[in-house]
Amino acid sequence: MSFRNTPLAVIHDVDKATLLTPELRAEIDKHVAKYPPEWKQSAVMPALTLVQDHNGGWLSRELMDQVAAYLDMPETAVYEVATFYAMYDLEPVGRHKVCVCNSVSCRLGGAEELMHHIEKKYNVAPGGTTADGKLTFKEFECLGACRHAPAVMVDKVYHECVTPEAIDKIIDDLD
Amino acid sequence: MAENQNTVCFRTMHLDATVRYTLESYRSVGGYVQWERILREKPDPDQLIDELKTSALRGRGGAGFPTGLKWSFMPRTKPGQKYIVCNSDEGEPGTCKDRDIMRYNPHQLIEGMAIAGYCIGATVGYNYIRGEFYEPTARFDGALEEAYAAGLLGKNLLGSGVDFDLYTHLGAGAYICGEETALLESLEGKKGQPRFKPPFPAQAGLYGMPTTINNTETLASVPVILEKSGKWFLEQGKPNNGGPKLFSITGHVERPCNLEIPLGTPFKDVLEMAGGVSGGRALKAVIPGGSSVPVVPGDVMMRTDMDYDSIAKAGSMLGSGAVIIIAEGTCMVKVLANLAHFYAHESCGQCTPCREGTGWLARVLDRILAGNGRPQDLDLLDNVAGRIGGRTICALGDAAAMPVQSFLKHYRSEFEHLVEHGRSLVEAA
Amino acid sequence: MSDDKITLEIDGRFCTAAPGEMIIAVADREGIVIPRFCYHEKLSIAANCRMCLVEAEQGGRPFPKPIPACATPVGEGMKVLTRSKKALDAQRGTMEFLLINHPLDCPICDQGGECELQDVSMGYGEDVSRFSERKRVVKDEDLGPLIATEMTRCIHCTRCVRFGAEIAGLRELGATGRGEDMRIGTFVGQSMAHELSGNIIDLCPVGALTSKPYRFTARAWELTSDEGIAPHDGVGSNLQLHIRDGKVMRVHPRDNEAVNECWISDRDRFSYEGLNSPERLKAPMLKRDGDWQEVDWQEALHAAVDLLKAPGPDQLGVLVSPTATLEEQFLLQRLVRALGSDHIDTRLRQLDFSAAAADPQLPWLGVPIAELETQQTVLLIGSDIRQEQPLLAHRLRKAALSGATIALLNPYAVDLNHPSIQIAPSPSVPGSDLRALLRLLGKPTEGPAAEPDERHQRIADALTRAGQDGKGLVLLGTLAESAPAFGLVRALAAEVAAAAGCRLGFLAPAANSVGSWCAGSLPHRLPGGAAPARPGLDAGAMLTDPRQGYLLWGLEPDRDLADPTLAMSALRAAKQVVACTAFRSPALDTVADVLLPISAFAETAGTFVNTEARWQRFQGAVPPPGDARPGWKVLRVLGTMMELPGFAQNSAREVHDELASQCRDLTPDNQMREAMPAPDLSSATPQAAELFRIGNVPIYATDPLVRRAPALQRTPLAEQLAVSLHPDDAAALGLADGQLARVAQVAINGERTEVNAPVVIDDRIAVGCARIPAGVEGSGELGPIMGPVQISKAGA
Repeated sequence: MSFRNTPLAVIHDVDKATLLTPELRAEIDKHVAKYPPEWKQSAVMPALTLVQDHNGGWLSRELMDQVAAYLDMPETAVYEVATFYAMYDLEPVGRHKVCVCNSVSCRLGGAEELMHHIEKKYNVAPGGTTADGKLTFKEFECLGACRHAPAVMVDKVYHECVTPEAIDKIIDDLD
Repeated sequence: MAENQNTVCFRTMHLDATVRYTLESYRSVGGYVQWERILREKPDPDQLIDELKTSALRGRGGAGFPTGLKWSFMPRTKPGQKYIVCNSDEGEPGTCKDRDIMRYNPHQLIEGMAIAGYCIGATVGYNYIRGEFYEPTARFDGALEEAYAAGLLGKNLLGSGVDFDLYTHLGAGAYICGEETALLESLEGKKGQPRFKPPFPAQAGLYGMPTTINNTETLASVPVILEKSGKWFLEQGKPNNGGPKLFSITGHVERPCNLEIPLGTPFKDVLEMAGGVSGGRALKAVIPGGSSVPVVPGDVMMRTDMDYDSIAKAGSMLGSGAVIIIAEGTCMVKVLANLAHFYAHESCGQCTPCREGTGWLARVLDRILAGNGRPQDLDLLDNVAGRIGGRTICALGDAAAMPVQSFLKHYRSEFEHLVEHGRSLVEAA
Repeated sequence: MSDDKITLEIDGRFCTAAPGEMIIAVADREGIVIPRFCYHEKLSIAANCRMCLVEAEQGGRPFPKPIPACATPVGEGMKVLTRSKKALDAQRGTMEFLLINHPLDCPICDQGGECELQDVSMGYGEDVSRFSERKRVVKDEDLGPLIATEMTRCIHCTRCVRFGAEIAGLRELGATGRGEDMRIGTFVGQSMAHELSGNIIDLCPVGALTSKPYRFTARAWELTSDEGIAPHDGVGSNLQLHIRDGKVMRVHPRDNEAVNECWISDRDRFSYEGLNSPERLKAPMLKRDGDWQEVDWQEALHAAVDLLKAPGPDQLGVLVSPTATLEEQFLLQRLVRALGSDHIDTRLRQLDFSAAAADPQLPWLGVPIAELETQQTVLLIGSDIRQEQPLLAHRLRKAALSGATIALLNPYAVDLNHPSIQIAPSPSVPGSDLRALLRLLGKPTEGPAAEPDERHQRIADALTRAGQDGKGLVLLGTLAESAPAFGLVRALAAEVAAAAGCRLGFLAPAANSVGSWCAGSLPHRLPGGAAPARPGLDAGAMLTDPRQGYLLWGLEPDRDLADPTLAMSALRAAKQVVACTAFRSPALDTVADVLLPISAFAETAGTFVNTEARWQRFQGAVPPPGDARPGWKVLRVLGTMMELPGFAQNSAREVHDELASQCRDLTPDNQMREAMPAPDLSSATPQAAELFRIGNVPIYATDPLVRRAPALQRTPLAEQLAVSLHPDDAAALGLADGQLARVAQVAINGERTEVNAPVVIDDRIAVGCARIPAGVEGSGELGPIMGPVQISKAGA
C-alpha cells in the first residue's frame, strides 16, 4: 500500500462550490478532465499555477488549502508540491517577476554582469522585491533558451540576448 | 544551407516563420501521411518497431537508449491502459532544441506521439512541458486543437477503431522532472522525485500502468523515419548512431544556434557552422552533451566527430546534443562552481549522497573561489564527487559528479593556482 | 529450480527466497546485517537513504554500481556481497554524507545511546570529519505534547512521512522543499492529532523525533527493560517497559505480529505517566467521623473485613474494573461467592442486561486479530473504532485498502481513514437499520425497519459476497454495548451475520473484559464459564436495586459506571463501601469507608485476556508506590483473614494456573444461547422535545490511569464535556457553536441531573442525537451514558 502508486485522495468534507472562484474552478476542471477520475491530484500543478496567477503571483497557505480541498488531496501533499517547484512563490511578490537565467551557457554569455546590473540599478538582491513593489528579481536555473544567452523570463515572456541596456528598456516598459 | 541539414525535426524550418508551425505547413512537407496510413492499414506494430530498430534511433534526451528496443519492452497486448509520455521538460543547461521543435514543428511531435501510442498500445499520451515554456506550449496546444479538429486525434480515428488522446501537462520549474520517473511523479501531482527501478516504467509507469517516455526530439523523428525508412535514417548518420541530430551550439561562439546535422559530423565543422569561437579567441574546452557530461579539452574535441561512439571515445558523452563552447581566458573553477550550484539547487533531496554531497561540492568550490581554498580540497572534491556518482536513485548524482571529476582531471592546475594564490590563473593573466 | 523459490548467495551463504523479495528482507531473515535507515518492513520502500548499498552480480555479470539491498529484488543465482570493499566503500560514503550536516553532539541528544545513526556510524563512520563548511540548522516545529522535535538532526529517511501516509492514513508530516533544503514537518506547525502518532518516535532512526514526556529524563543505558501488556483496549498490545529506580520511564512496543505488529497506540505508550499522578493512593485510609486518616494495613484490612461481612451475602455488590487482572478478578469472585453472593460484574458501562440469558459462552472478536485484515466485509455496529481500539482500526484500514468493504452503523459518523459505508441510525428506533439489512438479506424480522437505501443494499451485498467466501464479520462495539437496547441490537446483529453467512464478533471494551468470562467475575458465570445455580445481580441491578454494602475495585464511580448519578446515589446510601484503588478521587472519598491502595498498570504480575481471547501474562515491572500492594495479594490477605477457602496462593502464577486449569475446556464462542425477547424500551425512548444522548467514552477517558496521563490529556484528541449536535437540531434549539447549553437528564433512579456544557455543531451526528461524552470531567453529574436528554440554552 505504498503511497507511491496510489492516489493520495482524502475526501474533504466541504462544499466545493465555496472554494476559490467559479472561473478558477472552471479552469482547473479543464485540467482535471485530462487525467483518470481517481487521479484528480494530477491537476495540482496547473491548479496552483492558475491560483498563483490569480493571486498576484504568489500562493498563500489558505489558497493552497483550498486547492487541496478542491482536489481532495492532503494539505501536506500540496505544500510539498508548492515548495518543490521553483515557479511557485509562497511569499508576496512584486507586480512582475524578472527571472534571469544563470546556468552555464547564459553565464558564459554574460548573465553575471546582467545580474549585477539589475542588483545595483534596482537595488534588489536575487530573491528580493524592489521597494516600489514593481519587480521581484529571481535567479533562475536554465531556461532552455541557451542559444540566446543571456535569457531572461519576464512574467511569461522570454527575452533573449539581453544586455543591461535591453533589460532597462524591458523594465521601463512594465507598468 | 547544406542539403543534409534540417531533414527531420526541423523539416519545416525553410517555411515562412509566421506559418511554419501550422497544420497546413506540416501537411506541405508530408506531415500526417504516416499516421493516416497507419490508421488506414493498421500495420503490425512490430513492423513499425522493427523499422525504428533498423534506424538505430537512440534517445535524444541524453541517455541515448535505442528507441525501438525501448518500445518493444511494452506489454502491448496486456489489457489495461497504457501511456505514451513525451518528455519536453528541457532543462539540461546548454540544451534548447526541444523548445524549437515545439515552436516550429509541433505537429510532427504530435504525429510522432500518435504513432508511438499505436506501436505500444497506448491510447492516451501526455506531453510534459516545462512550466517556463509558455510560448512553445501555446504553439503545441494550438497544434493539438488543429489536430483534433482535423480528426487526427480523438476516438475511432478515420473510422479505424484506433483511439488516441493527447494532452499537455505543464511543469513548474524543476530540472529533475526531466528524469523520466520524476516526470511521472510530477504528472501524478507530486514532487518530482525519481522512482527507483525496478519496476521500470514499461512495467509500472504512469498511474502504475505500462508507460513509455521519450524525448521530444526522439518522438518527432519517428514520422520521418517511417516515411523515408529506417535504412535512410541510419544512413544519415553512422552505424549504431543513426540519423541526424539536433545540436545546440552555445557558449563562446559567434553564432549560437540549433543545428540539425548528421551524426558523425566532425566537431570542427560544427564549430565552423556556428561561426567559430566568439571574438576570435582560441578554443579552450567543450562540454559536448549538456552540462552533465565530462568536459573535453578543445584540442581533443577538434579531432572528434559528433556521434555517440566517437564522443564516448573522447571521454565524454553526446548527451542531449548541447555543445557548450568555452574559450580561452575562461576560469574553469568559476564554470565548475556554476555547474555545482546548478546541481545543488536542482537535487530533489531524496538520496543522501546527492542531497548532502551536491551542496558540499558547491560550498567547497565557493570557498576556493573566495580565496580560502586548501590544498586538500582538490582531492576532497574529487573524492566527494566519486561518492555521489553511481550511488543514487537517478542519474543526477552522476551528472553532478562527472563535471567535477573531469574539470579536475583536465584543469587541475587552475584549481591549484587558485588554492595557492587565492586568485584565478587565467583571469589574472 | 522450483517455480516459487529462488536460491541466492549472500556473503557466501546460500539462501532461499521467494521471487520478488528484496535482498534486505532475505538478509534479515538470515541474520546478515545490512545497515539501513529508510527501510522499514512495515513501510513502503523509499530506497533513498542509500545506506544499504551492496555489491552484487547476477548470472556471472556484476552490477556496474552498488545496488540498494532494500529495493533490489532477488534473482536466481544472484551473488550478493554486503561487506566487500565496494559495498563498504559505498556504505562509508553514505555515512559520511549523513553526518556532514548532522550535529555530532550525541551526549546532549536524547537519542544518544540508542540511535541508529550513532550505532551505524560506529561501524562505518570515519574518525575525522572532512566537512569544514557550516552545518545546516533547521527550525523546530511544535508537534504537540507527545512528540519533541529536533529537526536539525533529521536525516530525511522519510519513515515518519510514510508512516503517516500508509499506516496512520493521515498525512500530517511531509517533506517540503527540495535538495538540501528539504524539511520534514507539517509545514504549518500544527499538533499531531492521531491515535498512533507516537510510533514515529520509534521509527525515527535519529534524535529528530523523540518522546516529549520522556525527553531528557533518562539515558538508554540507565534503563532496564521488562515486558508488559497494555492495559487499555481489547488488543493487549505487547509492550516493553523501560524502568529506572523502580519507575516506568517510558513504554515502547514489543513486536508481536499476531497482536500489535510493531505498533502501539499513543494511549498505551503515554498512559504510564498516570502512574506518577499526585492522586496515587500510597497508604490505606480509613474514614473516621467523615475524615480520612492514613492507617496501617493491618487496621485497614480489619476494617475492610468487617465492612465486607456486615451487609450479609445478598446485600454485598462487587463492581470490578474490566482492566483488573485475571488473577484479581478470579480471587474477587471467589471472595464474594465464598461469602454467598453472586453479585459481581465488570460490565460497568452496560445499561441493558435484559438478554443476559442469551449471552454467549465466551464473547470474543470472532476471528483472530490478524485475520481482521483479511476480511472482505466488516460491518461495525456502534463503534467509534479509532478511539476504542486504535490498532484494530488499523487492521480494518489495511483490509479496506486491500479492497474490503468496511461499513459502520453508528449514531455519529466516524472519521475513518479509509473508504467506508456509514449510516447514522436513528436511536429512537433501535435496530431499524439492521432490520432493513435483514430484509435485503431475505430474512425479514418483525419490528420497525428503516427504508433500505443504496447504502443498505451495498452493505447487504458485500456481506453476502464475503459470507460466501467465509470472510465476512459483523462486529459489535462499545457504543453498541452501552445502548439501552443492547440485547435487541445484538440479537439482530447475530441474525444479520447468520443471514449473510458471516461471523459475529464483539470488540472487548477493556483490556480484560474477555477475562471476566473466564474468571467468573460476572453474575452469571463461574470460573471456566459454568453458570451459577442462580445468577447474581448485574452491574445495573446492583445499583437500581441498591445494596447495603459494596466492594469497588479499580474504578471511579462517577466516571466508569453507566449511570454515575444512579451509582453515586446508591453508593452514598450504602452503609459499607470498600474501595480498592490505585488513585484517590473526590467521588471515592465521598462514598467509601475504607480505601485500600492497590497496584496499577505495570505494578503487578497478572494476565489479560484480549479481545481474541488470547491469554497474555506479565510480571510486575515496578513496585507499587508507598504502601500500595499488588491487587491479588490484597485479596489473598482479605480472603485469609476472612478464613475463606482458596486464598493460599504464593504467587500470581499459582492463581493463574488454578484458573487456567478450570478454563481448559473454555473456548471462544459467540453463539447466542437463546432467542431474545422483545425488550421494554419505553423509558429509553426519547419523548418529544428530547434528544438522545450518546455517551461516547473518549479515547483518553477510558480508565483512571489514562485520565491521569497529563500529556495525553493535552492532545487534540482529549475531549472535554461538550454537547455535539447536528446543525438541524442546534438550529431548532436556537443554539450556536460554542454557546453554553443546559443539559438535563433523568437518571435511572429518577433523579434529575443538570450540567452546562458548550455546544459543538457537527453534521456527523445523527439527527435527534446529542453526543455528550462519558468518563470526562463533569460527565459524572449526568445520568445514563445513553438515553433521553433535554438540551436548552443555558440560563434561559
